[in-house]
Amino acid sequence: MVKYLLFVTTLVLTACQHHPEASLYQRLGGETGVENIVDGVLSGIEHDSSIVHHFADTDIPRFRRLLIEQFCELAGGPCKYTGASMQESHTGFQITQAHFDALVNHLISAMQQQQVPIEAQNEFLAMLAPMYKDVVYR
Amino acid sequence: MKILLCSLCLLMASGSLMAGSKVIATGGATTVEGNSGGGIVPWATINGYSSSDEWSVNTFAGRVGVDDFTLDSVGIGASFNNQWELSFARQKFTLDTIGGELRQDILGIKYKIAGELLYSGMPQISLGAQFKKNRDFALPAAVGAGDDSGYELYLAASKVFFDAIAGRNLLLNATVRSTDAHQAGLLGFGGAGVSHKLMFESSAVLLLNYNLALGTEFKQKPNQLGFADEQHWRDVFAAWFINKNASVVLGYVDLGDIAGLTEQTGFYLSVEGTW
Repeated sequence: MVKYLLFVTTLVLTACQHHPEASLYQRLGGETGVENIVDGVLSGIEHDSSIVHHFADTDIPRFRRLLIEQFCELAGGPCKYTGASMQESHTGFQITQAHFDALVNHLISAMQQQQVPIEAQNEFLAMLAPMYKDVVYR
Repeated sequence: MKILLCSLCLLMASGSLMAGSKVIATGGATTVEGNSGGGIVPWATINGYSSSDEWSVNTFAGRVGVDDFTLDSVGIGASFNNQWELSFARQKFTLDTIGGELRQDILGIKYKIAGELLYSGMPQISLGAQFKKNRDFALPAAVGAGDDSGYELYLAASKVFFDAIAGRNLLLNATVRSTDAHQAGLLGFGGAGVSHKLMFESSAVLLLNYNLALGTEFKQKPNQLGFADEQHWRDVFAAWFINKNASVVLGYVDLGDIAGLTEQTGFYLSVEGTW
């Protein structure tokens, strides 16, 4: 019994030990990781006939750079987002919930492809999800 | 049971067919009553994967096997705009020990009033109605039920909390249901001194990843039929969202006492197809 209790206690203490946690930016894969995720999203958009029309007049290299900046800054990386606010950049585009859902699916696929740990994916999604109100039906 | 397994094989073989834009698992599973939810509790979620301006249809088959009873449910449903859900389920409750069976049809409608499961600070809130009709009423009438049909109204609030427990997403749901049903309607509705009562139901589901979830549910029951006590229902389950076309839920249920037979516990298995 005592042995068992000691064993359980050890397990619990081990589980609770606080490892100095890597920043979200690092867990997304740092500079390369974020670039790959953004490229994955762009590739997803490119092949998605339901949303690609929104990007017909988009300067893609600039969009890619801004998206990398934004993801990097959000995740606590050493960047500064220099683009317009989410609300400004999406007003007038008539983005629907289905378009937003499609983009979320592409982001998830890109993070899965990049083998980002599920905990980091969820932490990142938690930051992006509230942008819904600034993006959709503007 | 064979039908369940066959349909599952078919679904898995069908690969990624037409499916809506919603993120996987956000349509929930399908309850034994045919609406989107867990196994026994309807959620505010809208079944299937139809996002804005999209349609989806779904079908399910489920079995609850407890000590002295078996509940088989099959159904179909349709959803539109991630806002409307229409469902039809046919239940067959086999009295394995007592003998006989009780059949019931359930027509359900659900409308999302506010909120977005994943994207809004407030929970997604839906209003639902169910119309239930007994196809066997001799036994319910004999034990005191006054009506072979009844309606239920419910208000459900559901929300996914990202990165909630050990980095996993957590779905919490609370549902309030107005009902005068006995044993969810299988033993009829109404009767002497029976009125619509407000019942509380809840679910908590931890999403281990995009495809696997573990959950638990509680369903309060009114216990208004004099001849035998009915009790609250509980379950724990594992759900596997194989892809946007197929999902499987396996659970353990505790239905309490039913018609005087005590401590009815057993398994729950449900397969669902969505397009």
